[in-house]
Amino acid sequence: MVETDPTAKRVITLKVNGASHTCNVDVRMHLADCLRGELGLTGTHVGCEHGVCGACTVLFDGHTTRSCLMLAVQGDGHDIGTIEGLARPEDPLHPIQQAFHDLHGLQCGYCTPGILMSVAELLADDPDPSETTVRDVLSGHLCRCTGYQNIVAATLRAAKLLRESTEHGRTR
Amino acid sequence: MDARVKDAAGVSVGRIEDQALLRGTARFVDDIPVDMPLHACFVRSPHAHARIVSIDTSMAMEIPGVVAIYTASDLRGDLTSLRMPLGFPSPTMPKNTTPFVLAPEEVAFVGEALAVVVADSRYIAEDAASMVMVEYDSLPVVADCRTAVEPGSPTVRTEIPSNVLQQYQLAYGDCTTAFASAAHVFGDDFWIHRGCAHSMEGRGVLATLEKSSDTLMVWSSTQLAHELHYAIASMLGQPEDKLRVITPEVGGGFGAKFMIYPEEIVIPVVARKLGRPVKWLEDRREHFTSSIQERDQYWHAEIAVDTQGKVLGVRGSMIHDHGAYTPQGTNVAYNAASSMTGPYVVPHFELDVKVAHTNKVPVATIRGAGYPQANFVMERLLDRVSHELGLDRAECRRLNMIPPEKIPYTKPLKSRAGLPLVVDSGDFPALQAKLLAHIDYAGFETRRAAARSAGKYLGLGIANSVKPTGRGPFESARVRILPSGRIAIYTGALAMGQGLKTTLAQICAGHLGVSVSAIDVTAGDTSFIGFGMGGFASRQTIMAGSAVHQAALAVAAKAITVAATMLKLPADTLALHDGYVVSTVDPTVSISLAQLAIEMKGAPGFALPHLADPGLEATSHFHCDAQTYAGASHGCEVEVDPLTGEIKLTRYVAVQDSGELINPQLAEGQVHGGVVHGIGNALFEWMGYDESAQPVSTTFAEYLLPTAPEIPHIDVVFCSSPSPLNPLGVKGIGECATVPVASAIIGAIENALQDFHVRIAEAPLGPVRLLELLENQARI
Repeated sequence: MVETDPTAKRVITLKVNGASHTCNVDVRMHLADCLRGELGLTGTHVGCEHGVCGACTVLFDGHTTRSCLMLAVQGDGHDIGTIEGLARPEDPLHPIQQAFHDLHGLQCGYCTPGILMSVAELLADDPDPSETTVRDVLSGHLCRCTGYQNIVAATLRAAKLLRESTEHGRTR
Repeated sequence: MDARVKDAAGVSVGRIEDQALLRGTARFVDDIPVDMPLHACFVRSPHAHARIVSIDTSMAMEIPGVVAIYTASDLRGDLTSLRMPLGFPSPTMPKNTTPFVLAPEEVAFVGEALAVVVADSRYIAEDAASMVMVEYDSLPVVADCRTAVEPGSPTVRTEIPSNVLQQYQLAYGDCTTAFASAAHVFGDDFWIHRGCAHSMEGRGVLATLEKSSDTLMVWSSTQLAHELHYAIASMLGQPEDKLRVITPEVGGGFGAKFMIYPEEIVIPVVARKLGRPVKWLEDRREHFTSSIQERDQYWHAEIAVDTQGKVLGVRGSMIHDHGAYTPQGTNVAYNAASSMTGPYVVPHFELDVKVAHTNKVPVATIRGAGYPQANFVMERLLDRVSHELGLDRAECRRLNMIPPEKIPYTKPLKSRAGLPLVVDSGDFPALQAKLLAHIDYAGFETRRAAARSAGKYLGLGIANSVKPTGRGPFESARVRILPSGRIAIYTGALAMGQGLKTTLAQICAGHLGVSVSAIDVTAGDTSFIGFGMGGFASRQTIMAGSAVHQAALAVAAKAITVAATMLKLPADTLALHDGYVVSTVDPTVSISLAQLAIEMKGAPGFALPHLADPGLEATSHFHCDAQTYAGASHGCEVEVDPLTGEIKLTRYVAVQDSGELINPQLAEGQVHGGVVHGIGNALFEWMGYDESAQPVSTTFAEYLLPTAPEIPHIDVVFCSSPSPLNPLGVKGIGECATVPVASAIIGAIENALQDFHVRIAEAPLGPVRLLELLENQARI
């Protein structure tokens, strides 16, 4: 019964931001610790480890997931998107990031990566969300600094930027 | 404001902090790359009060991967004291009031650490911590600060004779006479609770002995880098110059990190002992049970007024829940007591204060630091006066405000350091007038009637506040032009999310004629600047901003002097522009700041181009003991459902006077955050304990923080009276928007339910409690 031993290890392969990573992890390690500790992707933050604050939110096969509530081994063979994949280091900021910068949608920035993941998912599903929808989506995140107002504004701005870039792409 | 900073100040430039934070490459303490760090987990007391009979670590030590387990007795030889230093030294404070590094004999609150496990991973460390067998002998528990002060109450620690740590009266004038002759006296009992800080990043410490230089390196998520440096040096007997404290990105502070904690001593000492990097990250449960809180104040307060509603006096008593130890001081109680009169003239005042120990987490300052509690009592009393006398609430307030022509206004009380409390600037009636205009106060009854006909109960509340900001005595800044042409600012102030780096860069950029993108700011690294106070009390733009202002001016003057010598031109024909010193007569004649820095770094055997100290840099300490007073006038509307108790905040307007604004966008962001912290205090946040002082809210499912859907749009209006106390004319902002929020919201709820005659004298207030109050009222 290897599985009952919490220190048992298993080799898994995670596809993170398009790149494949194979690692040998404790079966009890949660996904956030694996991303941060094993893969060095420290942009995903851990705020409460009980699934409320949303700081650790990542995209799991395109859907937002609390990486503190999922075991790393559950990610075996799956696609995971983290903040590091939103814009490549050599590229300019992604429109969502740009909107957050322009409208001061972050202060200490600790909750920001998780929020950006949720915003990315939202805007992929609904390119023109209402303020109410944005606030509902943000209800899965805690931010102590901003009072959410500029996060809401930045999300709406990001939606606009993304719509414009899509329209621009079409007319070209 | 100083005209010379106008070029870069007063403009909302984008933050220089953002790129790394938005890309996920910023380094918080848990992101610092070190090889093979060990991970620590603390063994914490499950009892609110108990004697430690024995600690057996043998089973835990057998777990593979466990490296060491230390109790207080194991560390005694490595430390100069087992007791933490007192944050604010005070001759009147008993010596045995500070917390222990690790509790040696007795535990006094749930969450108090008594041992530390160090292991290869946090997982193993937590396994082992649960296997450390501690035998406890239960001792009587004090869970409520009101019973704590009763004669015969058991004490929270066996070493103290009484739970009353401090008892004093703040008074001036003659309340007895004023109250005896007053037309009206109204009084109430108040309970004001403020919970925890809850920065989204918890505390965290990483320490390693850098063997190449025998230097103990400590990274901590703190608001106090230099103070931590002194504390570690003194507690560990570590030579000051073999120690470096670095503050990485800090994921919010809000007061919880304005403190030197036991873990910040334990981790460095253990890392030094083991000769290996050791890391500890506070988890959320630990934040609930070991980071400081503000919690409870119980007030009884009375107000005496004449027939017109003019305040004649305020008197009362207050019991402050102080928790089990005194890590910092008793400033939350003192701030509350001494600030009660706020922006109002109160001719006679008398308040009896008791600071009472309880078997709970120690209490210290959280955003607002006692001011919100006092504001609540005063503003509720003014609403009461208005209601009883049939006066307009705004008019009753205006009638009692410190008149602008009386400013600077010296309050008849002293600060806790014995300094006079002088309101240096401001126009409180103007702030309120602006609020009333923005919230359409005059049109409210029409809105109320319309809502009522739609079956809804609408209420409006207002509150005014003033908070002294910019606590001294000083802050440091060094501005250095590097030979690369980049400009470095080093400061003892602390960046923890407010945009400090951008703000300081803006101030510097204006003087040096460069863009903020040419500037790098290092805050809270003790190896770069000798002295520093840190980030607290809404002080950083005032204190560090002014220090940068002074240093940048000195560097600019030096650059021009050196350039004048090199270009053989009169200094008064030169100006700084775009990284160059340029002739104002012939703009083709110029020399870059980089070139000047290269020349001034010196070359062996060659004279410096100008006879002065080498380098293009200046260090400045801005000194100021007086505080500048930042006013606010807030108003809000709520919709209340008297059947379900649901409270919906529908509008919020915050009028703020923070003097000149360096970056209005960042200033507005501070107001948003401050208001929402206040909304949490008014409606949601309750750090609960049961009668045995067991915490009952230790997750975010039990302790509610405000989330986006509950928050209305917050209208922020600035109305500036520049401060005369600093060269920038700035005032603090971080905490100022939190102070009046609960007062305005609770006032609005009461106002919405005016038909039910319910009186509310407590915060936070949730639906269940509101229904209880309504039921009680209906029974009367």
